[in-house]
Amino acid sequence: MDKSIDSVEAAVADIEDGAVVMIAGFGGSGIPVELLHALVARFRATGHPTGLTVVNNNAGTGAVGIAAMLDAGMIAKVICSFPRSSQPQAFQRRYEAGEVELELVPQGTLAERIRAGGAGIPAFYTATGVGTELAAGKPVETFDGRDYLRERWLKADVALVKGALGDRHGNLTYRLAARNFAPIMAMAATTTIAQVTRLVEPGEIEPEQVVTPGIFVQGVVEVPEPAQEEALIRSGEVA
Amino acid sequence: MEKLSSAGIAWRAAQDIPDGAYVNLGIGFPEMVARFQPEGQHVTYHSENGILGMGPAPQEGEEDWDVINAGKKAVTLLPGASIFHHADSFAMVRGGHIDLAVLGAYEVAETGDLANWRIGSRGVPAVGGAMDMVTGARRVAVVTDHVTKTGAPKLVERCSNPLTGVGCVARVYTSLAVVDVADGRFVLREKLAAVSMEALQAVTGAKLHVERDLRELRVPEGL
Repeated sequence: MDKSIDSVEAAVADIEDGAVVMIAGFGGSGIPVELLHALVARFRATGHPTGLTVVNNNAGTGAVGIAAMLDAGMIAKVICSFPRSSQPQAFQRRYEAGEVELELVPQGTLAERIRAGGAGIPAFYTATGVGTELAAGKPVETFDGRDYLRERWLKADVALVKGALGDRHGNLTYRLAARNFAPIMAMAATTTIAQVTRLVEPGEIEPEQVVTPGIFVQGVVEVPEPAQEEALIRSGEVA
Repeated sequence: MEKLSSAGIAWRAAQDIPDGAYVNLGIGFPEMVARFQPEGQHVTYHSENGILGMGPAPQEGEEDWDVINAGKKAVTLLPGASIFHHADSFAMVRGGHIDLAVLGAYEVAETGDLANWRIGSRGVPAVGGAMDMVTGARRVAVVTDHVTKTGAPKLVERCSNPLTGVGCVARVYTSLAVVDVADGRFVLREKLAAVSMEALQAVTGAKLHVERDLRELRVPEGL
Protein backbone atom coordinates (compact mmCIF):
# COMPACT_ATOMS: atom_id res chain seq x y z
CA MET A 1 0.00 0.00 0.00
CA ASP A 2 1.40 3.38 -1.01
CA LYS A 3 -0.85 6.42 -0.75
CA SER A 4 1.86 8.89 -1.66
CA ILE A 5 1.22 11.31 -4.54
CA ASP A 6 4.08 12.94 -6.46
CA SER A 7 2.86 16.52 -6.66
CA VAL A 8 0.28 18.92 -5.26
CA GLU A 9 -1.03 19.33 -8.83
CA ALA A 10 -1.74 15.61 -9.06
CA ALA A 11 -3.19 15.64 -5.54
CA VAL A 12 -5.99 18.08 -6.48
CA ALA A 13 -6.50 16.93 -10.09
CA ASP A 14 -9.64 14.89 -9.40
CA ILE A 15 -11.66 17.39 -7.37
CA GLU A 16 -14.89 17.92 -9.30
CA ASP A 17 -17.16 20.89 -9.95
CA GLY A 18 -19.69 21.37 -7.16
CA ALA A 19 -17.68 19.30 -4.66
CA VAL A 20 -17.97 19.87 -0.92
CA VAL A 21 -14.41 20.52 0.22
CA MET A 22 -13.41 20.62 3.87
CA ILE A 23 -10.28 22.70 4.37
CA ALA A 24 -8.45 22.20 7.65
CA GLY A 25 -7.05 25.15 9.58
CA PHE A 26 -8.04 27.80 12.06
CA GLY A 27 -7.10 31.31 10.99
CA GLY A 28 -3.78 30.73 9.23
CA SER A 29 -2.71 27.76 11.36
CA GLY A 30 -3.08 24.42 9.62
CA ILE A 31 -4.20 25.79 6.26
CA PRO A 32 -2.79 23.53 3.49
CA VAL A 33 -1.63 26.53 1.48
CA GLU A 34 0.19 24.64 -1.30
CA LEU A 35 -2.80 22.34 -1.97
CA LEU A 36 -5.15 25.33 -2.14
CA HIS A 37 -2.87 27.25 -4.46
CA ALA A 38 -2.55 24.21 -6.73
CA LEU A 39 -6.36 24.12 -6.83
CA VAL A 40 -6.52 27.83 -7.73
CA ALA A 41 -3.89 27.32 -10.46
CA ARG A 42 -5.91 24.42 -11.89
CA PHE A 43 -9.07 26.55 -11.91
CA ARG A 44 -7.29 29.45 -13.61
CA ALA A 45 -5.90 27.11 -16.28
CA THR A 46 -8.99 24.98 -16.92
CA GLY A 47 -12.04 26.66 -15.33
CA HIS A 48 -12.41 23.67 -12.99
CA PRO A 49 -13.25 22.86 -10.31
CA THR A 50 -15.89 25.52 -9.80
CA GLY A 51 -19.05 25.93 -7.74
CA LEU A 52 -17.32 24.49 -4.67
CA THR A 53 -18.78 24.42 -1.18
CA VAL A 54 -15.97 25.11 1.27
CA VAL A 55 -16.09 24.10 4.94
CA ASN A 56 -13.61 25.86 7.25
CA ASN A 57 -13.84 27.74 10.53
CA ASN A 58 -13.22 31.02 8.71
CA ALA A 59 -13.59 32.42 5.22
CA GLY A 60 -10.09 33.44 4.23
CA THR A 61 -7.72 36.28 5.04
CA GLY A 62 -5.89 38.62 2.69
CA ALA A 63 -5.35 37.21 -0.78
CA VAL A 64 -3.94 33.72 -0.12
CA GLY A 65 -5.43 30.30 0.65
CA ILE A 66 -9.24 30.35 0.84
CA ALA A 67 -9.22 34.07 0.04
CA ALA A 68 -7.38 33.29 -3.22
CA MET A 69 -10.07 30.71 -4.03
CA LEU A 70 -12.77 33.32 -3.35
CA ASP A 71 -10.98 35.91 -5.48
CA ALA A 72 -10.69 33.38 -8.30
CA GLY A 73 -14.47 32.84 -8.20
CA MET A 74 -14.47 29.07 -7.71
CA ILE A 75 -16.47 29.01 -4.44
CA ALA A 76 -20.29 29.04 -4.45
CA LYS A 77 -20.88 28.49 -0.74
CA VAL A 78 -19.00 28.75 2.55
CA ILE A 79 -19.97 26.83 5.68
CA CYS A 80 -18.13 28.38 8.63
CA SER A 81 -18.44 29.92 12.09
CA PHE A 82 -16.47 33.14 11.74
CA PRO A 83 -16.20 34.70 8.26
CA ARG A 84 -14.30 37.70 9.56
CA SER A 85 -10.57 38.27 9.87
CA SER A 86 -7.96 41.00 9.98
CA GLN A 87 -8.25 41.24 6.16
CA PRO A 88 -11.73 39.93 5.27
CA GLN A 89 -12.19 41.67 1.91
CA ALA A 90 -12.18 38.60 -0.36
CA PHE A 91 -15.20 37.05 1.38
CA GLN A 92 -16.91 40.32 2.18
CA ARG A 93 -16.85 41.44 -1.46
CA ARG A 94 -18.32 38.17 -2.77
CA TYR A 95 -20.88 37.94 0.03
CA GLU A 96 -22.14 41.49 -0.33
CA ALA A 97 -22.39 41.02 -4.11
CA GLY A 98 -24.51 37.90 -3.51
CA GLU A 99 -21.95 35.75 -5.31
CA VAL A 100 -21.28 33.40 -2.43
CA GLU A 101 -23.76 31.80 -0.05
CA LEU A 102 -22.99 31.65 3.68
CA GLU A 103 -24.13 28.98 6.13
CA LEU A 104 -23.16 30.28 9.55
CA VAL A 105 -22.68 27.57 12.18
CA PRO A 106 -21.62 27.95 15.82
CA GLN A 107 -18.03 26.76 16.12
CA GLY A 108 -18.65 23.80 18.41
CA THR A 109 -21.67 22.75 16.38
CA LEU A 110 -19.51 22.93 13.24
CA ALA A 111 -16.86 20.71 14.83
CA GLU A 112 -19.44 18.24 16.14
CA ARG A 113 -21.30 18.10 12.80
CA ILE A 114 -18.02 17.20 11.12
CA ARG A 115 -17.16 14.65 13.81
CA ALA A 116 -20.66 13.15 13.48
CA GLY A 117 -20.21 12.95 9.71
CA GLY A 118 -17.01 11.01 10.16
CA ALA A 119 -18.52 8.75 12.82
CA GLY A 120 -21.70 7.85 10.91
CA ILE A 121 -24.07 9.75 13.18
CA PRO A 122 -26.68 11.51 11.00
CA ALA A 123 -27.91 13.94 13.66
CA PHE A 124 -27.34 14.91 17.27
CA TYR A 125 -28.74 17.31 19.85
CA THR A 126 -27.03 20.33 21.37
CA ALA A 127 -28.02 23.21 23.64
CA THR A 128 -25.88 25.57 21.56
CA GLY A 129 -28.01 28.11 19.73
CA VAL A 130 -31.32 27.43 21.51
CA GLY A 131 -33.43 30.59 21.50
CA THR A 132 -31.20 32.38 18.95
CA GLU A 133 -31.71 33.22 15.29
CA LEU A 134 -29.37 30.36 14.36
CA ALA A 135 -32.00 27.94 15.69
CA ALA A 136 -34.36 28.79 12.82
CA GLY A 137 -35.77 25.70 11.17
CA LYS A 138 -34.08 23.25 13.53
CA PRO A 139 -36.22 20.79 15.50
CA VAL A 140 -36.17 21.30 19.28
CA GLU A 141 -36.49 18.46 21.76
CA THR A 142 -36.47 18.51 25.54
CA PHE A 143 -34.23 16.11 27.47
CA ASP A 144 -34.17 16.09 31.28
CA GLY A 145 -35.92 19.46 31.33
CA ARG A 146 -33.61 21.32 28.96
CA ASP A 147 -34.19 22.25 25.31
CA TYR A 148 -31.79 21.07 22.63
CA LEU A 149 -31.54 21.67 18.88
CA ARG A 150 -31.22 18.86 16.41
CA GLU A 151 -28.20 19.34 14.18
CA ARG A 152 -27.28 17.29 11.11
CA TRP A 153 -23.99 15.65 10.29
CA LEU A 154 -21.65 17.30 7.81
CA LYS A 155 -19.75 15.23 5.26
CA ALA A 156 -17.55 16.15 2.36
CA ASP A 157 -16.35 14.81 -0.96
CA VAL A 158 -12.82 15.95 -0.23
CA ALA A 159 -10.82 17.10 2.80
CA LEU A 160 -7.55 18.98 2.35
CA VAL A 161 -5.38 18.91 5.46
CA LYS A 162 -1.86 19.80 6.51
CA GLY A 163 0.21 17.36 8.52
CA ALA A 164 3.73 17.37 9.92
CA LEU A 165 4.74 13.74 9.31
CA GLY A 166 2.83 11.41 7.05
CA ASP A 167 3.68 7.86 6.06
CA ARG A 168 2.78 5.92 2.92
CA HIS A 169 -0.15 4.30 4.76
CA GLY A 170 -1.64 7.74 5.44
CA ASN A 171 -0.86 7.93 9.16
CA LEU A 172 -0.47 11.58 10.18
CA THR A 173 0.93 13.79 12.91
CA TYR A 174 0.42 17.54 13.20
CA ARG A 175 2.49 20.53 14.23
CA LEU A 176 1.32 22.10 17.52
CA ALA A 177 -2.13 23.74 17.39
CA ALA A 178 -2.19 23.43 13.58
CA ARG A 179 -3.99 20.17 14.36
CA ASN A 180 -7.34 21.95 14.98
CA PHE A 181 -9.92 20.69 12.43
CA ALA A 182 -7.71 18.26 10.48
CA PRO A 183 -8.38 15.00 12.38
CA ILE A 184 -12.18 15.34 12.22
CA MET A 185 -12.25 16.60 8.62
CA ALA A 186 -10.08 13.65 7.58
CA MET A 187 -12.78 11.38 9.06
CA ALA A 188 -15.71 13.18 7.42
CA ALA A 189 -14.57 13.21 3.78
CA THR A 190 -14.77 10.49 1.16
CA THR A 191 -11.29 11.45 -0.03
CA THR A 192 -8.76 13.06 2.29
CA ILE A 193 -5.58 14.51 0.83
CA ALA A 194 -2.83 15.47 3.27
CA GLN A 195 0.12 17.62 2.46
CA VAL A 196 2.90 16.78 4.91
CA THR A 197 6.22 18.39 5.66
CA ARG A 198 7.95 15.02 5.55
CA LEU A 199 6.82 11.80 3.88
CA VAL A 200 8.18 8.82 5.81
CA GLU A 201 8.09 5.04 5.58
CA PRO A 202 5.53 3.02 7.58
CA GLY A 203 6.99 2.41 11.02
CA GLU A 204 8.86 5.69 11.23
CA ILE A 205 5.96 7.26 13.12
CA GLU A 206 5.56 5.47 16.44
CA PRO A 207 2.06 3.92 16.49
CA GLU A 208 1.24 5.72 19.73
CA GLN A 209 2.22 9.06 18.15
CA VAL A 210 -0.17 8.71 15.22
CA VAL A 211 -2.95 11.30 15.54
CA THR A 212 -4.91 10.50 12.37
CA PRO A 213 -4.83 6.79 11.48
CA GLY A 214 -4.27 6.09 7.81
CA ILE A 215 -7.74 4.60 7.33
CA PHE A 216 -9.03 8.19 7.13
CA VAL A 217 -6.47 9.32 4.54
CA GLN A 218 -6.46 8.50 0.82
CA GLY A 219 -3.53 10.57 -0.42
CA VAL A 220 -0.29 11.99 1.00
CA VAL A 221 1.88 14.53 -0.79
CA GLU A 222 5.16 15.86 0.58
CA VAL A 223 5.53 19.64 0.71
CA PRO A 224 8.86 20.38 2.41
CA GLU A 225 9.06 23.81 4.06
CA PRO A 226 5.35 24.59 3.60
CA ALA A 227 4.12 28.17 3.79
CA GLN A 228 2.40 29.04 7.05
CA GLU A 229 -0.58 31.17 6.00
CA GLU A 230 -0.33 33.75 8.77
CA ALA A 231 3.42 34.15 8.16
CA LEU A 232 2.76 34.38 4.42
CA ILE A 233 0.18 37.14 4.91
CA ARG A 234 2.48 39.03 7.26
CA SER A 235 5.30 38.80 4.71
CA GLY A 236 3.08 40.69 2.25
CA GLU A 237 3.27 38.02 -0.46
CA VAL A 238 0.18 37.13 -2.47
CA ALA A 239 -0.93 34.01 -4.25
CA MET B 1 -19.20 59.89 36.48
CA GLU B 2 -16.23 58.05 37.99
CA LYS B 3 -15.70 54.60 36.51
CA LEU B 4 -13.23 51.73 36.38
CA SER B 5 -10.80 51.38 33.51
CA SER B 6 -10.85 48.19 31.43
CA ALA B 7 -7.92 46.97 33.53
CA GLY B 8 -9.93 47.65 36.69
CA ILE B 9 -12.87 45.61 35.44
CA ALA B 10 -10.55 42.77 34.37
CA TRP B 11 -8.75 42.82 37.75
CA ARG B 12 -12.05 42.56 39.63
CA ALA B 13 -13.25 39.65 37.50
CA ALA B 14 -9.93 37.82 37.97
CA GLN B 15 -10.27 37.92 41.78
CA ASP B 16 -13.30 35.61 41.66
CA ILE B 17 -11.64 32.83 39.65
CA PRO B 18 -11.08 29.87 41.97
CA ASP B 19 -7.73 28.12 42.27
CA GLY B 20 -7.52 25.18 39.89
CA ALA B 21 -10.21 26.46 37.51
CA TYR B 22 -10.30 25.76 33.76
CA VAL B 23 -11.23 29.07 32.15
CA ASN B 24 -12.05 30.35 28.68
CA LEU B 25 -11.65 34.05 27.99
CA GLY B 26 -13.45 35.61 25.03
CA ILE B 27 -11.38 37.32 22.36
CA GLY B 28 -10.56 41.00 22.85
CA PHE B 29 -11.13 42.70 26.20
CA PRO B 30 -11.86 39.52 28.26
CA GLU B 31 -8.33 38.27 27.44
CA MET B 32 -7.08 40.98 29.81
CA VAL B 33 -8.46 39.02 32.81
CA ALA B 34 -5.48 36.63 32.55
CA ARG B 35 -3.11 39.47 33.45
CA PHE B 36 -4.61 39.81 36.92
CA GLN B 37 -4.70 36.23 38.09
CA PRO B 38 -3.99 36.34 41.85
CA GLU B 39 -0.51 35.18 42.78
CA GLY B 40 -0.22 31.65 44.10
CA GLN B 41 -3.33 30.49 42.26
CA HIS B 42 -3.23 28.19 39.28
CA VAL B 43 -5.71 28.76 36.49
CA THR B 44 -5.61 26.79 33.24
CA TYR B 45 -6.68 28.77 30.19
CA HIS B 46 -8.49 27.05 27.34
CA SER B 47 -8.35 28.25 23.76
CA GLU B 48 -11.09 26.99 21.42
CA ASN B 49 -8.74 26.14 18.58
CA GLY B 50 -7.30 23.34 20.71
CA ILE B 51 -5.07 24.39 23.59
CA LEU B 52 -5.25 23.93 27.36
CA GLY B 53 -2.50 25.64 29.32
CA MET B 54 -2.20 28.72 27.15
CA GLY B 55 0.33 31.29 28.33
CA PRO B 56 0.89 34.97 27.56
CA ALA B 57 1.98 36.42 24.22
CA PRO B 58 5.62 35.76 23.27
CA GLN B 59 8.18 38.52 22.74
CA GLU B 60 7.90 40.21 19.37
CA GLY B 61 9.84 38.17 16.84
CA GLU B 62 9.35 34.97 18.88
CA GLU B 63 5.87 34.21 17.52
CA ASP B 64 5.04 30.71 16.36
CA TRP B 65 1.89 31.06 14.25
CA ASP B 66 0.88 27.48 15.00
CA VAL B 67 0.52 28.49 18.67
CA ILE B 68 -2.31 31.01 18.55
CA ASN B 69 -5.40 31.80 20.57
CA ALA B 70 -9.01 32.02 19.42
CA GLY B 71 -8.40 35.61 18.34
CA LYS B 72 -5.55 34.36 16.07
CA LYS B 73 -2.95 36.14 18.20
CA ALA B 74 0.35 34.43 19.02
CA VAL B 75 0.44 32.91 22.51
CA THR B 76 2.71 30.47 24.35
CA LEU B 77 2.33 27.02 25.87
CA LEU B 78 2.92 26.70 29.62
CA PRO B 79 4.40 23.59 31.25
CA GLY B 80 1.61 21.01 31.39
CA ALA B 81 -0.13 22.35 28.30
CA SER B 82 -1.94 20.04 25.91
CA ILE B 83 -3.09 20.22 22.30
CA PHE B 84 -6.16 18.50 20.84
CA HIS B 85 -8.49 18.63 17.88
CA HIS B 86 -11.50 20.89 17.54
CA ALA B 87 -14.22 18.40 18.44
CA ASP B 88 -12.41 17.53 21.69
CA SER B 89 -11.94 21.23 22.35
CA PHE B 90 -15.66 21.86 22.11
CA ALA B 91 -16.50 18.68 24.01
CA MET B 92 -14.66 20.38 26.87
CA VAL B 93 -16.99 23.35 26.45
CA ARG B 94 -20.28 21.64 25.62
CA GLY B 95 -19.70 18.77 28.02
CA GLY B 96 -19.58 21.16 30.97
CA HIS B 97 -15.86 20.73 31.70
CA ILE B 98 -14.94 24.42 31.46
CA ASP B 99 -15.53 25.98 34.87
CA LEU B 100 -15.86 29.57 33.75
CA ALA B 101 -16.27 31.51 30.52
CA VAL B 102 -15.71 35.27 30.55
CA LEU B 103 -17.16 37.18 27.62
CA GLY B 104 -17.90 40.69 26.49
CA ALA B 105 -21.44 41.94 25.87
CA TYR B 106 -23.51 44.33 23.83
CA GLU B 107 -26.41 43.73 26.23
CA VAL B 108 -27.24 41.54 29.21
CA ALA B 109 -30.88 41.11 30.23
CA GLU B 110 -32.12 40.67 33.79
CA THR B 111 -33.17 37.17 32.76
CA GLY B 112 -29.50 36.34 32.03
CA ASP B 113 -29.93 36.53 28.26
CA LEU B 114 -26.77 37.66 26.49
CA ALA B 115 -26.39 39.51 23.18
CA ASN B 116 -22.75 39.74 22.14
CA TRP B 117 -22.27 38.53 18.57
CA ARG B 118 -24.12 40.85 16.28
CA ILE B 119 -25.61 44.35 16.25
CA GLY B 120 -28.94 44.21 14.45
CA SER B 121 -28.61 42.57 11.04
CA ARG B 122 -25.75 44.65 9.65
CA GLY B 123 -22.64 43.36 7.87
CA VAL B 124 -21.25 39.85 7.62
CA PRO B 125 -22.55 37.74 10.54
CA ALA B 126 -19.85 35.89 12.50
CA VAL B 127 -20.61 33.86 15.63
CA GLY B 128 -17.49 31.80 16.40
CA GLY B 129 -17.70 29.80 19.62
CA ALA B 130 -19.72 32.23 21.72
CA MET B 131 -23.00 30.29 21.56
CA ASP B 132 -21.22 27.09 22.59
CA MET B 133 -19.43 28.83 25.42
CA VAL B 134 -22.52 30.39 27.01
CA THR B 135 -24.55 27.19 26.98
CA GLY B 136 -21.70 24.84 27.84
CA ALA B 137 -19.47 26.46 30.45
CA ARG B 138 -20.48 25.79 34.05
CA ARG B 139 -20.51 29.49 34.82
CA VAL B 140 -20.69 32.48 32.48
CA ALA B 141 -19.47 35.93 33.51
CA VAL B 142 -19.48 39.13 31.49
CA VAL B 143 -16.97 41.99 31.59
CA THR B 144 -18.16 45.24 30.06
CA ASP B 145 -18.50 48.96 30.37
CA HIS B 146 -21.74 49.74 32.19
CA VAL B 147 -23.08 51.67 29.19
CA THR B 148 -22.49 51.77 25.42
CA LYS B 149 -20.24 54.33 23.74
CA THR B 150 -23.31 56.53 23.27
CA GLY B 151 -24.30 56.17 26.93
CA ALA B 152 -27.16 53.69 26.51
CA PRO B 153 -27.57 51.03 29.24
CA LYS B 154 -26.07 47.61 28.56
CA LEU B 155 -27.93 46.03 31.47
CA VAL B 156 -31.50 45.87 30.24
CA GLU B 157 -34.87 44.18 30.77
CA ARG B 158 -34.78 42.51 27.35
CA CYS B 159 -31.97 42.43 24.78
CA SER B 160 -32.73 44.26 21.53
CA ASN B 161 -29.82 42.68 19.61
CA PRO B 162 -29.70 39.05 18.42
CA LEU B 163 -29.17 36.67 21.33
CA THR B 164 -26.06 34.59 21.92
CA GLY B 165 -27.76 32.57 24.64
CA VAL B 166 -30.86 32.49 26.81
CA GLY B 167 -30.65 32.78 30.60
CA CYS B 168 -26.93 32.03 30.59
CA VAL B 169 -25.18 34.89 32.43
CA ALA B 170 -24.48 34.48 36.16
CA ARG B 171 -22.51 37.64 36.93
CA VAL B 172 -21.64 40.94 35.24
CA TYR B 173 -18.53 42.96 36.05
CA THR B 174 -19.03 46.51 34.79
CA SER B 175 -17.14 49.78 35.02
CA LEU B 176 -19.45 50.79 37.88
CA ALA B 177 -20.67 47.66 39.61
CA VAL B 178 -20.76 43.92 40.12
CA VAL B 179 -24.21 42.57 39.37
CA ASP B 180 -25.56 39.02 39.68
CA VAL B 181 -28.43 37.55 37.72
CA ALA B 182 -30.68 35.70 40.15
CA ASP B 183 -34.22 34.45 39.53
CA GLY B 184 -34.80 36.73 36.57
CA ARG B 185 -33.58 39.94 38.22
CA PHE B 186 -30.40 41.92 38.66
CA VAL B 187 -28.98 41.81 42.19
CA LEU B 188 -26.39 44.50 42.90
CA ARG B 189 -23.43 43.04 44.82
CA GLU B 190 -20.86 45.83 44.63
CA LYS B 191 -20.74 49.42 43.40
CA LEU B 192 -18.19 52.20 43.28
CA ALA B 193 -18.43 54.34 46.41
CA ALA B 194 -18.39 57.53 44.34
CA VAL B 195 -21.50 56.51 42.40
CA SER B 196 -24.84 56.93 44.15
CA MET B 197 -27.59 54.32 43.92
CA GLU B 198 -29.72 56.83 42.01
CA ALA B 199 -26.96 57.58 39.50
CA LEU B 200 -26.26 53.88 39.02
CA GLN B 201 -29.94 53.03 38.54
CA ALA B 202 -30.25 55.90 36.04
CA VAL B 203 -27.67 54.29 33.71
CA THR B 204 -29.11 50.79 34.14
CA GLY B 205 -31.97 49.65 31.90
CA ALA B 206 -33.60 47.33 34.46
CA LYS B 207 -34.31 47.44 38.18
CA LEU B 208 -31.27 46.82 40.39
CA HIS B 209 -32.25 44.89 43.48
CA VAL B 210 -30.20 45.37 46.64
CA GLU B 211 -29.75 42.74 49.28
CA ARG B 212 -28.09 43.14 52.65
CA ASP B 213 -24.57 42.30 51.53
CA LEU B 214 -24.00 45.25 49.15
CA ARG B 215 -20.28 46.06 49.14
CA GLU B 216 -18.00 48.72 47.79
CA LEU B 217 -16.35 47.94 44.44
CA ARG B 218 -12.63 48.55 44.96
CA VAL B 219 -9.64 47.85 42.78
CA PRO B 220 -5.93 48.56 43.37
CA GLU B 221 -4.76 52.10 42.68
CA GLY B 222 -3.17 52.70 39.31
CA LEU B 223 -5.47 50.36 37.38
